[in-house]
Amino acid sequence: MRFTFDGRELRGEPGDTLAAALLRNGVRVVGRSVELGRPRGIFAAGADEPNALVRVGADPMLAATTVELYDGLEAWSLRGKGRLDLDAVDERRYDKGYLHCDVLVVGGGPAGLAAAVAAGRAGARVILVDEQPRLGGDLLNSRVLLDGAPALDWVDGLDLPSRVLTRTTAVGYYDHNYVVAVERRERGERLWHLRARRVVLATGAHERSLAFPGNDRPGVMLASAARAYANRYGVPPGRRAVVLACADSGYEAARDLEAAGVDVAAIVDPRQEGLVPGTLAGQVVTGTTADAEGVLTGVYVGGGHSVGHSGGYGGGRGDQYIEADLLAVAGGWNPVVHLFSQSQGRVRFDDDLQAFVPDVSAQAERSAGACRGRYGTREAIADGYAAGTEAAALALGRTPDHEATAPETAPATADGWRVPECDERAPRAPAVLWQVEGRSGEPAFADLHRDVTVEDLARAAGTGMRSVEHVKRYTTAGTGADQGKTSGAVVVGVMSALLGAAPGQVGTTTFRPPYTPVSFATLAGRDRGALSDPVRTTAMHDVHVARGAVFENVGQWKRPRYFPVDGEPMEAAVPRECRAARTAVAAMDASTLGKIDLRGADAGEFLDRIYTNTFSTLAVGACRYGVMCRADGMVFDDGTTTRLAEDHFLMTTTTGNAAAVLDWLEEWRQTEWPELDVSFTSVTDHWATVAVVGPRARQVIAVVAPDALGLAFMRYTEADVLGVPGRVFRISFSGELAYEVNVPWAYGRALWEAVLDLGAVPYGTETMHVLRAEKGFAIVGQETDGTVTPQDLGMAWIVSPRKPDFVGKRSHARPDTARPGRKRLVGLLPDDPAALVEEGAQLVAGLREGVVPMLGHVTSSYAGAALGRTFALALAKGVAPGDRLRAVSGAVVHGVTVVDPVFYDKDNARRDGDPLEGSPAPYAGEVRAESPAAACAARFAAASGPAVRLREVAFEPMWEVRGADPGAGLRLGPSWWLVSGNITPQPGWVDVSGQRTILELAGPAAEDVLITGCPIDLHPSAFPGHAQTLLGKTSVILERRDPETCRLYVRSSFARYLAEWLLDALDAL
Amino acid sequence: MLLIECPHCGPRDETEFHYGGQAGVAYPAGEVSDEEWAAYVFLRDNPKGWFRERWFHVHGCRTWFAVERHTVTHEIRTS
Ligand SMILES: [Zn+2]
Repeated sequence: MRFTFDGRELRGEPGDTLAAALLRNGVRVVGRSVELGRPRGIFAAGADEPNALVRVGADPMLAATTVELYDGLEAWSLRGKGRLDLDAVDERRYDKGYLHCDVLVVGGGPAGLAAAVAAGRAGARVILVDEQPRLGGDLLNSRVLLDGAPALDWVDGLDLPSRVLTRTTAVGYYDHNYVVAVERRERGERLWHLRARRVVLATGAHERSLAFPGNDRPGVMLASAARAYANRYGVPPGRRAVVLACADSGYEAARDLEAAGVDVAAIVDPRQEGLVPGTLAGQVVTGTTADAEGVLTGVYVGGGHSVGHSGGYGGGRGDQYIEADLLAVAGGWNPVVHLFSQSQGRVRFDDDLQAFVPDVSAQAERSAGACRGRYGTREAIADGYAAGTEAAALALGRTPDHEATAPETAPATADGWRVPECDERAPRAPAVLWQVEGRSGEPAFADLHRDVTVEDLARAAGTGMRSVEHVKRYTTAGTGADQGKTSGAVVVGVMSALLGAAPGQVGTTTFRPPYTPVSFATLAGRDRGALSDPVRTTAMHDVHVARGAVFENVGQWKRPRYFPVDGEPMEAAVPRECRAARTAVAAMDASTLGKIDLRGADAGEFLDRIYTNTFSTLAVGACRYGVMCRADGMVFDDGTTTRLAEDHFLMTTTTGNAAAVLDWLEEWRQTEWPELDVSFTSVTDHWATVAVVGPRARQVIAVVAPDALGLAFMRYTEADVLGVPGRVFRISFSGELAYEVNVPWAYGRALWEAVLDLGAVPYGTETMHVLRAEKGFAIVGQETDGTVTPQDLGMAWIVSPRKPDFVGKRSHARPDTARPGRKRLVGLLPDDPAALVEEGAQLVAGLREGVVPMLGHVTSSYAGAALGRTFALALAKGVAPGDRLRAVSGAVVHGVTVVDPVFYDKDNARRDGDPLEGSPAPYAGEVRAESPAAACAARFAAASGPAVRLREVAFEPMWEVRGADPGAGLRLGPSWWLVSGNITPQPGWVDVSGQRTILELAGPAAEDVLITGCPIDLHPSAFPGHAQTLLGKTSVILERRDPETCRLYVRSSFARYLAEWLLDALDAL
Repeated sequence: MLLIECPHCGPRDETEFHYGGQAGVAYPAGEVSDEEWAAYVFLRDNPKGWFRERWFHVHGCRTWFAVERHTVTHEIRTS
């Protein structure tokens, strides 16, 4: 395999990591250190690497020890910090997925493998994740024999669970056994969200170094890493080696290096007895030498003398010098307790192991094997098997058999599984040694990545710091990309020596996710670009796009802001649209307004309690404007509510608040007034709404909804709309004659096209704002901000003094809300009739030096078409019409005069418009139904294949049913069903045929698509057949029709988003 | 990410829910003083330990329900 490093052409072998391939090519210096610029080489063989950080393609910084070599790989060295290549193109497809299991095993080494086997044999659903390309953990790096054969033979013979994720690193362990893992796939990383009843952590151990002078030279390497390169990759990491064996694993490394042809010049063991003849026992490495490039050339070894009880040696005069280009350091082992600690488990310092080990679990978890100090292969396997057996029993609700789950008895398990024999020796206790003071002036590093030396730590201790958390922040030790995996224990050991305290008293710093660095691209997954947030569209959206509408975002909706003609700017389009609405006829897509169907004998009473005004007295067929407040008395939302029948109302809400209002109604009904007979159904998406506005609106209504021609102001009628059963409301938000015409979603586009064909001028939200502001109508969220009462808006008339109570009533009598001098809604006219005051501008009485009292602020500001000048609405205190104020925004100051907030048609003379002229001809155009995802049909077909097919099941009749079980359909919640199909609806069923459409995923890969966006457990044992849940970033009803067919019921306005999301998911499969 | 047991739908991820604050805060009946009303509107307990709180299964069955959650360990028990 060809690859380049800093532009040099090199060759590696399949299976190499980039680090192994660099060593294979004799590359010793792979980068420079971040602070001191010292040459650094490969130090480790895994995720703990502090030195060999490289840029690879679009990835700004990766550890070379974790990068699998591929043909054509291009890597560049770094100086301890990542570098973004802005020109790099990243074509990988990042993704995520949700999985659930009974037992999650993290780590595929001896303990994890045994745990997975045990849990699987006990009948549990098991997921095994491991960071390496193949299973085996440390067995991959060693020459250990199991049952007399190579250990990987044993691995290959295991009966493993079906869901094994290799190349997958568990990076975070969160509340309620929620584990996040990153899978490295060729086509891009996938972030796995894993939820497990029980977790077995078998994360192994990292070898550590110790702080001696010159311990950072290229050529100084962890002994376990040296052994991994020799055994696994066939790359001897040097020619002549000294091995520093603070732990017995150093002897294994020495043996394996020799077998690989490395000349082991000496084994240095600080303990009093060596394991093999010729060991330099009772000695330590006191210094190193290097060549001109900084690469190791030799090692000083000496007897030293103790400088403290907790593990330091000083260099002596009689040190011997040994030539070597490799110093393999076996400093001892640190159990990888990162995930355990992230899960809030508590660690303790084990004096025998000289390491922190798991002590008290916080979650449904158990550590097994080396990550709890069971270093021997055989004892790790036994421990893992016991942990897996126990985890399965607990996950499946059985009482664990203590015999079978105790690690000591597991070798002869009741179910006949046998722990293999192993040729290892039991290791002795490691040396208690963290630092060596040498004679050379070379620094002794505690944290290689952050360039933190023993001297730095001593300085921290000298300033009086005792907490390891303070030392971390002062020195930055442990804050590098490696998060101190090799340095953490050394820092604690050195600090304990400096402070004269036991390491257990010094403690560890907090382990925080992620365990290894995770790119933002991986976290984002497919939720980027157009899919980063759902875009909601109306039934008329495509027509708006075709007409060249300029859109604005209102909540998640795309709403046309204006409809430019011949490329005109907004300043020209809006007055033109306003003029049409004030003098002729104009039309707006008002489909985004929230619509809630209320039913029940107590619906009127319920509305009386929610709105500030009264609705129980409203006549059937009448509409009334209402305001609702939060309990604090502040305006929450407004809109019109219509009584469709004695026990049946339709409420409209503002576009942005529709969901919040529905939630609000449910909250009061369920938690305060469960005795009231009332239910709510969202029909926002079911009805497409066109507002037909202007004195000549009757010319259009006479054609599209002649039944509604005689409708009085604030009245409603069911009507035939272009041959479709619809609803017409005579409601005006502009002061002009206006009708809101509603048809089911499928006919929304046809209605809009007809209204425009009949001469109505389309207008957008900007014109709507100007028209309403000219009439002094406040907009919730623009004039209000959660601190404004109806009275503040000058709407005391809408607050009923007679009702015994409504939400917020008592708050209107609180001293602060009832006091005079609150800010009130006023109108403003700028002195300069062409000057547009900035919304948000502060109002002051005059300008002078010093503090000027702020009287209020501008909430809306427009160029009024009918007024022929600019005007504004504001909230201000202590002002009266005629007052002269200044509106200040940054350095811009405008003189303004306070006026009444109604600027236009104060006596509402325009409300009834012009009478119908002549008898307009019937509509000649086609009235065609169109389903929400119709425009995607061709792409659905193109994306479908044998693995998965995607289609829209359009025009399915649907009803939401409350109360008694209809005996059919999908149960959505308590007393709540969705009934669909060609059946005759019962009285009281709410027609929601247009509220949702159905997207159907079928085929063997359907579930592979769903798990990339659906957080619930889809396993047949857990999934009841249907559920309301999330898919991507939208709510869906998920119905499994058969094992390979799922139907997704999605809100019509979200159908395009979900369609794009599914197409993207299919593309990424 | 909490796993919350909806009484109707079973265990679901926290993202499917809206938080509803302290449970059992009764709407004051009858005449109440400004202080009593302000306490109802603005004041809530904030204990370290077990806390009875409301959740709304907004992306599921739309049921309001109460659970007990330990504010330190996040352990949840239904109540
Ligand atoms: Zn639920």
